Amino acid sequence: MRDVAVVGFAQAPAVRETHGTTNGVEMLVPVFHEVLGGLGLAKSDIDFWCSGSSDYVAGRAFSFIAAVDAIGAFPPINESHVEADAAWACYEAWVKIQTGEVDVALVYGFGKSSAGKLRRVMTMQLDPYTVAPLWPDSVSVAGLQARAGLDQGIWTEQQMAEVAVRSRADAKSNPLAQVKGDVTVDDLLTRPYLADPLRKHDCAPVTDGAAALVLAAEDRARELAERPAWITGIAHRVDSANLGGRDLTTSPSTVAAARDAGFDKVDVAELHAPFTHQELLLRNALGLNGSRINPSGGALCGNPMFSAGLIRIGEAARQISGGHADRALAHATSGPALQHNLVCLMEGRD
Amino acid sequence: MTSLSAPLNVEFDYTRSLGPVLGRFMTGLRDRRIEGVRGDDGRVHVPPVEYDPVTARKLTEWVEVAAAGTVRSWTWVSEPDDGQPLTRPFAWALIQLDGADTSILHAVDVPSSDDIHTGMRVRVRWATDPVGSIHDIACFEPGEAVETQAGQGEAVTMVTTPVRLAYTHTASAEETRYLNGLQEGRLLGQRCPACQKVYIPPRGACPTDGVPTVDEVELPDHGTVTTFCIVNVPFLGQRIAPPYVAAYVLLDGADIAFQHLILGCDASSVRMGMRVKAVWRPRAEWQQSLANIDHFEPSGEADAPFETYSQHL
Ligand SMILES: [Zn+2]
Repeated sequence: MRDVAVVGFAQAPAVRETHGTTNGVEMLVPVFHEVLGGLGLAKSDIDFWCSGSSDYVAGRAFSFIAAVDAIGAFPPINESHVEADAAWACYEAWVKIQTGEVDVALVYGFGKSSAGKLRRVMTMQLDPYTVAPLWPDSVSVAGLQARAGLDQGIWTEQQMAEVAVRSRADAKSNPLAQVKGDVTVDDLLTRPYLADPLRKHDCAPVTDGAAALVLAAEDRARELAERPAWITGIAHRVDSANLGGRDLTTSPSTVAAARDAGFDKVDVAELHAPFTHQELLLRNALGLNGSRINPSGGALCGNPMFSAGLIRIGEAARQISGGHADRALAHATSGPALQHNLVCLMEGRD
Repeated sequence: MTSLSAPLNVEFDYTRSLGPVLGRFMTGLRDRRIEGVRGDDGRVHVPPVEYDPVTARKLTEWVEVAAAGTVRSWTWVSEPDDGQPLTRPFAWALIQLDGADTSILHAVDVPSSDDIHTGMRVRVRWATDPVGSIHDIACFEPGEAVETQAGQGEAVTMVTTPVRLAYTHTASAEETRYLNGLQEGRLLGQRCPACQKVYIPPRGACPTDGVPTVDEVELPDHGTVTTFCIVNVPFLGQRIAPPYVAAYVLLDGADIAFQHLILGCDASSVRMGMRVKAVWRPRAEWQQSLANIDHFEPSGEADAPFETYSQHL
């Protein structure tokens, strides 16, 4: 295996609504400028580009092709795309570097979630024969999952509110976060339900955003970064598409991905949990005791569709490159109620 | 300047073939019968799955289950959305039907969130006119199963599932200038600061350099046909009777051609290098649209030499 590290990361501000198009160009141009400029790289130094986005979020076909304009794709570039969170584009880029064909890859994701009614757009992820025709939305599906854990005493509404309070407090030091500030558990629990048992604070905001991350192999990584975040393992697994056939209170696919990635113990974890109970679920499933969770504020404080998972990898890598952690775990999710999960483990080497 | 935006409603009626497993399930619903399939671990899956989720083996043992069961989880919908089973507030629930080991996701019709709880017994409320779709279960309601009159008929093999999604489509700042220019009968392009190429429509990023185009350039409404095709095939929504010509027109001073119609001459006389000019619709009909130019027609000038457009093909 080749040693591969995250050497650079940048993201657009997480905001409720941008004025740009759904092809992400306006958000991506400054993000590329920042991440390449920070590394002293030109676009010609990138051997492979890989993106994650969704035409359902954009409401148009081939939006990811229009996004390639932001790169400046002449002379022709080596490019690929996944219709999934860009964390999965990161996985593809890591595999591409393993083939030995490329040394430096730029991974990016974007989504203008505000273009449509996001919770309804996400219905298109569900079984198209027996579930999607009824139009259950993504918040309702998460509500079914939250209730299952509450009923079984696995988590409480109090604990869920505590996750929101801690996330918003941590987000105060994240200049790009959308939701931040000081709130109390008691106050949050007096607020009305959005989708009983979920209150507004239990749900990630609707966010427009984009992010880019640079991966480099071996000596190239050592040249580009003072303290590269070396990827020691990356894996993804998926649970059944049949919601009613799953135990929604745990996540076998996350556990399997973590095991395959070689998870043992980390200083910090960035978990892609768009709902408060999902953070509790993931912490339980992974046994994350004593690790700092989501110092960025996490997806609850900014959830740009199709880049929020990639941002977890970027934020975890930043903890290592900044010297705040030696070992970090990043998690990304896709599909309804944590159906598909990716775990990326990174370490700093001194 | 605010960017132009407009509603974009995306609609499509997907017709899906069901195959042997979902076909049998939907046929059952049409006949007011619910059938699941037994997995390798003995669990009965409702809705049925084609392959075992653990062993991936094809499953074939069918089991009829009851039209009543137990709520295993639920959430409340205070504002029902388009296409959902009920138009008044309702609960989504995961319901484990008697005889099944997995749960089915559906709506439960109760007056308020105080009237539902996990463990509650619910029964199917059948649709009045079943057709062989998940909507044949209109919803669930509190109570135990009651005898129903079984229907029968041809096997159900297809299902139609309409998708309706509403978006706001936003033009970029550059496209907005271009569209506003068209409203005034002007053709506004922009020049890339890096490669100096003139794009019409202007771009959020030059596809070569990845930087926004900036300097505005007004272009004339005449140019050169760089390449073209003769449309001979009729299609849904066609506005002109075939044969007619769709061509790439390179406006004088532009570096990228755009597609438009060439009318006002025999389709067979259109050629690469042909000089053309815009035929505008009446001013009263102008909008923020390239449709303000109805079509292009031959200008009568001598053909442009190949070298003048060879880099723009
Ligand atoms: Zn250029």
